[in-house]
Amino acid sequence: MNQKRKIRILVAKPGLDGHDRGARIIARTYRDAGFEVVYSGLHQTPEEVVQAAIQEDVDMIGLSSLAGAHMYLFPRVVELLHEKGADDIVVCGGGIFPEEDIPKLKKAGIKELFTPGTPLDKVVKWVEENVKPRG
Amino acid sequence: MDIAEKIISGDIRSVARLIRDIDDNVPGSREVLKDLYPSTGKAYVVGITGSPGVGKSTLVDQMVTHLRADGKTVGVLAVDPTSPFSGGAILGDRVRMQRHSMDEGVFIRSMATRGYFGGITQSTRSAIDVLDAMGKDCIIVETVGVGQDEIDIVQSADTTIIVLVPGMGDDVQALKAGILEIGNIFVINKADREGADRTVNDIRLMIEMDEKRYKDGWKPPILTAQAVFDKGIIEILDEIDKHRKHLESSAKIQSMRKYEKVRNDLSEMIKDKIIRDVFDEIINSGEFETTLQSIIKGETDPYTACDTIVSKKLKKGAA
Repeated sequence: MNQKRKIRILVAKPGLDGHDRGARIIARTYRDAGFEVVYSGLHQTPEEVVQAAIQEDVDMIGLSSLAGAHMYLFPRVVELLHEKGADDIVVCGGGIFPEEDIPKLKKAGIKELFTPGTPLDKVVKWVEENVKPRG
Repeated sequence: MDIAEKIISGDIRSVARLIRDIDDNVPGSREVLKDLYPSTGKAYVVGITGSPGVGKSTLVDQMVTHLRADGKTVGVLAVDPTSPFSGGAILGDRVRMQRHSMDEGVFIRSMATRGYFGGITQSTRSAIDVLDAMGKDCIIVETVGVGQDEIDIVQSADTTIIVLVPGMGDDVQALKAGILEIGNIFVINKADREGADRTVNDIRLMIEMDEKRYKDGWKPPILTAQAVFDKGIIEILDEIDKHRKHLESSAKIQSMRKYEKVRNDLSEMIKDKIIRDVFDEIINSGEFETTLQSIIKGETDPYTACDTIVSKKLKKGAA
């Protein structure tokens, strides 16, 4: 029999922000939804995030940022994925962002952004609808 | 270049994808593994096992640093458990090793158990072959940290290291069968904690009482370490080297090990294939459901039902 492909997700915290409660809750939520979650910990450079995503062959990267550096860090991850020919990996972000940054980030290739107060089932549903495990 | 050639040339993306395909049981991955097999058998495989929280990941991280300083390339396979309820998993071993992610000479892969027991899975065995074929000098396999019976690693690793910490129960624990019997090297990590000497003594006693099991000439050394502070790591690597030399010192040991490894790999593979092809088919059949119902209703018993289903299935398979 053929086992169904399992969605693999990297949850990463780029930059100098040390608050990972949100990222951990998201990781757990994904686990409970049946996804395999690689958690890479705090203080990652975009380069490290992308390298981990490639080695782990994930379908999606979930970036968490609460420290205000998202306008550099998030687009940089998308850029590096492109350089490595890994554009097929979906990038989304969670954390605290000013309203006006969200369209800019989406334009830079971050597929969706989740801000505080987002119900967890919405986050899971979004993955189920937008992330296809490699065919 | 086909996938196998790309992997042998060290292409990271192809390696990562193949391991995924193996894990997801994509039929094509088997063909690639067949092509890769002649290129395997060169890497030295070290298995690290022990209970959760003893410091396996941190130890692996430090070992990687020292191996890299020696100019050796390293592959790491870190296994974490799959949730039996959701089928999902959080693979967190990478947190401790992330500083190596930019090093081209290191490939780290987290794997989930996906319902297998024994500490490593059939996919892990195949992934060892993939990293071996890609040319890594040393492959470190960190098993899922479970406890007393996760001994499958011993068949896949050249050297198996058991990591313990002080204060995890009295000496009766050390007498029990299972995980403690498989170690080639024992490491008491977090050795600055109270009771480290006691733990060393308990393990020593266990080894001394079991002298006859070490008749091939290797008596497991017991080392202390503080992995977080990089203490005791060089000594561990030295002992791995000594164990390797011991294994390579006699043709008899080598051929015996080779036989054991091939025997184990093949029998596990057959078991795995039977489970996938036969077991899953039975479980997913309508007959299985109706049988369940008739056992619940008291019309038959599970022993009879099992014999009926299996003999029917096997006869059909033979025909």
